[in-house]
Amino acid sequence: MIEVLVFATLNGLVTGLLLFMLASGLTLIFSMMGVLNFAHASFYMLGAYFAYSISLYLGFWPALIVAPVLVGLLGALIERYGLRRVHKSGHVAELIFTFGLAFLIEEAVQFFWGRATKDYRSPDLLDFPLFTLFGQNFPAYKAFMIFISIAIFIGLYFVLTRTRIGIIIQAAITHPHTVANLGHNVPLIFMAVFGVGTGLAGLAGVIAGPVLTTFPGMAVVLGSIVFVIVVIGGLGSLAGALVASLLIGLLQSYAIASDVGMPDLLAWLGVSFERDHPLNDIWRLTLPQVAPILPYLLLVLVLIFRPSGLFGKRES
Amino acid sequence: MRVIPLLTLAWTLSVASLANAQDPIRIAFIDPQSGTFAATGETGYLQLKFAADYFYNDHGGVLGGRPIEVIALDNKNSAADSQQQLRRAISEGIQIVYSGNGSAVASALSTAIERHNRRNPDQRVIFMNYAAVDPILTGADCSFWHFRFDAHSDTKMDVMTSHIAANPDISKVYIIGQDYSFGKAVGDAAISMLAAKRPDIEVVGNELHPIGQVKDFTPYVTKIVSSGADAIITGNWGGDMVALGRAITDAGLDVPIYTFYAAYDGITATLGEAGKNRIRLVHNDYANPVTSEERIAFTRAFKAQYPHKDVTQPRLATSLKMLVNAMEETGGTDPYQLALAMEDMRVTNMTGEEVWMRGEDHQSFQPLYVSVHTDENVVFDADNSGFGLVTEFRVPAEDTITESSCKMNRPQQ
Repeated sequence: MIEVLVFATLNGLVTGLLLFMLASGLTLIFSMMGVLNFAHASFYMLGAYFAYSISLYLGFWPALIVAPVLVGLLGALIERYGLRRVHKSGHVAELIFTFGLAFLIEEAVQFFWGRATKDYRSPDLLDFPLFTLFGQNFPAYKAFMIFISIAIFIGLYFVLTRTRIGIIIQAAITHPHTVANLGHNVPLIFMAVFGVGTGLAGLAGVIAGPVLTTFPGMAVVLGSIVFVIVVIGGLGSLAGALVASLLIGLLQSYAIASDVGMPDLLAWLGVSFERDHPLNDIWRLTLPQVAPILPYLLLVLVLIFRPSGLFGKRES
Repeated sequence: MRVIPLLTLAWTLSVASLANAQDPIRIAFIDPQSGTFAATGETGYLQLKFAADYFYNDHGGVLGGRPIEVIALDNKNSAADSQQQLRRAISEGIQIVYSGNGSAVASALSTAIERHNRRNPDQRVIFMNYAAVDPILTGADCSFWHFRFDAHSDTKMDVMTSHIAANPDISKVYIIGQDYSFGKAVGDAAISMLAAKRPDIEVVGNELHPIGQVKDFTPYVTKIVSSGADAIITGNWGGDMVALGRAITDAGLDVPIYTFYAAYDGITATLGEAGKNRIRLVHNDYANPVTSEERIAFTRAFKAQYPHKDVTQPRLATSLKMLVNAMEETGGTDPYQLALAMEDMRVTNMTGEEVWMRGEDHQSFQPLYVSVHTDENVVFDADNSGFGLVTEFRVPAEDTITESSCKMNRPQQ
């Protein structure tokens, strides 16, 4: 039992921190532009594919640096020449633009890299079990993932709260006109934030690609859950994104690790049903089976009881 | 409402044009071409297209010069999208439908085609199921219009459990599968068959996970490790098989993994060295060593055209052979006549083995194999990775025949 708990916690941490890397960029972009970037997970996928291609020639470590930079540059260009033009037509147009972008990126990835899973591997340097507990290995690479994610959080937090750039960004979120009047180039700040946000998604892709496999569906699998996190954490809140990411990572991990379900509940209540009962599928449902939909359940609950999210400030 | 006259017009035009002897015989290939299972669907499409060219179109077509044209329609692995694509195919006058990825999809298509054919006896459709293996499709839900070219999961499970039962080292088995009809069928069959063959084997877990939704299988693998299982059974396919295989090998869990679909489309390359001699497949497509000249020539020609793809499902060529035989026999492409002609048909596949399409339930029978993932003695590898499948064990077709439970509703001409 204890070993399941330990590993469920570790797994939850790895997933949660990975989700945070995506959610942090998304929430930053949202608080700046007031627009949910539907293509955010697609930049994550691009990160993985870029890194795969680069790693074929230069190895994993250069890819770790180059791929996120490329994705970030691409994101900045898309903001500059796409999103900014669409911005004039209002939020709906922006939303539809990013929605279309997500499809475009998926098709482009399939066009250039094909539909088969890519053999993108973690570096040999980290290809050893960090420790073995209760007969199960904990790969060093996963510890590396945790390390990178935490470093990103600390770095972001430091930049946003302790540096001059961070103060300008924070001011630009709430008072863009005042910041512009003070002589700062607000569109440039927007472009930079979009670039950094997508670059972070790209970095998440680079380090998640070897573990979660690199294939054209990887954006879809992660896309919706990232929105759930941003909404639960509170739109625009970095701390909220971290808490919500960990919450969802651990929630799913514990739910899968648990072995309880409707049969236990019914036994506890002293109720039993025939095997051919019309609702038999419901009476046999277990918690691990519904684990992946728990975040969405949590989303509904949060929207009902705390529509602004756990750490959100906006009420509108 | 304005759509209906348009569709009628399109339909009239297409029916009218069928009279032309040089017109292509069109086949709708309804399978995922995007999303988690895109790779599987794309490879299937390319193989069918290639087989049509290689065997027929390059030799003057069929029925006196008509080429076979395969049209891929993306169903995103969803039952609803499949029905839409079916309607589209029908509206374009297509009467032959291929599909295989996912029993939920196949079941929806089979039901929709049965209903369509009942209501539109002039424009019937035949359903060539090349890979969806839920037993119910040729059992309780069998249809006159549905033909299955793969062995169903109970038959495959029978072979798999016999193989497991013969291994005295295995005493605890963990079952994990995708949460839909097929995954459940695999789990139920494994439990009942193991209980009959090796009552001492304990099933220490029977887990279902949502299909195409799991990002990381590590939490599941944790449970498998703590259950003390010394063998794993899974029916997972596509992206779900890759991710599961990778999580198992990453965790350092060294037990045999029994599967149906753990090869090709990037899966073999991803499992690589870590899966060597641990992953076994039960399948009907003979792997290395390939001795049949016809199969070798076909594989070489396919690889020459698509260097990054593999011949993953030679039974697609077998199914096309049956279909074309039926066309030549009946002198046309009327689905009702084709269906009658394919009943109890026997053809020789590329490996030189006989495949029988049972008339009672439209289930095909052919030899089944257990193969292992390795890089030794592999002539035709998968994903150009050096790794591939080597056949260890053969079950002749006669031994795979089970009684039919199908009560078929046979339509009249």
